[in-house]
Amino acid sequence: MDVPILRQGEFLIATIQAALSDNDLFALRSKLFEYVVRSRALGIIIDVTALDILDSFGTRTLSEIALMCRLRGAETVIVGVQPEVAFTMVQLGLTLEGVTTALDLEEGLAHLGRRSKLLKR
Amino acid sequence: MTEDIFVPINSDLDIVTARQNGRTMAAELGFQGTDLTLIATAISELARNIVRYARHGEIHLQVLGNNNGKRGLLVEARDEGPGIPNIAQAMQDGYSTSGGLGLGLPGTRRLMDEFEITSDAENGTTIRTCKWVRSGL
Repeated sequence: MDVPILRQGEFLIATIQAALSDNDLFALRSKLFEYVVRSRALGIIIDVTALDILDSFGTRTLSEIALMCRLRGAETVIVGVQPEVAFTMVQLGLTLEGVTTALDLEEGLAHLGRRSKLLKR
Repeated sequence: MTEDIFVPINSDLDIVTARQNGRTMAAELGFQGTDLTLIATAISELARNIVRYARHGEIHLQVLGNNNGKRGLLVEARDEGPGIPNIAQAMQDGYSTSGGLGLGLPGTRRLMDEFEITSDAENGTTIRTCKWVRSGL
């Protein structure tokens, strides 16, 4: 299951559309990082609205993406974590610590927009 | 009574199949909302452990009933892998021998109502977990 990545100005938007296998998640990590390097993006949004679970592997991979991109100067925002998924993640012990989250795509873009303004001052 | 489901686990794609089967079976049993996510996530963790540590195994899903009229879902993960040398250690948050987060087993225990492990080097590992349908009180 390939995850499409769109460019919107200086940001990238990756929208997960269906359940992902571990290998799909690895593929997303490589592709997204490659795009970040190539496009010099300042921010990335990963929309996980369609995911019905986020287990330890999925969460770890999202954290890794955020850390790698941060080293390239880009901030990652995870948007659309469903309420049941959030509840389960915390029970499992997963916190996505150090990764920015926002309610939805709109809020995520607003956050990145504010950050990018600050950077350009 | 719904029939048992056996999902062979041989690759990461089977992890997705197992959790989707589990979610469907749990929904048919009457589980709702967050419980469906808890069960699907627990199955995902157990199936991944099979792929990671034993390579091959099976997830067995079975409807349970008890004499109080309570119904539940049994999720049993079986493999003939190397076994878990130290179960107490493996049940600690943050302990991992594979570079993972070390939350798979202790986390799964928190997601489910009952949890039991048997493991040795000869027979591999069997983890039986169960969640009961909450009565709508």
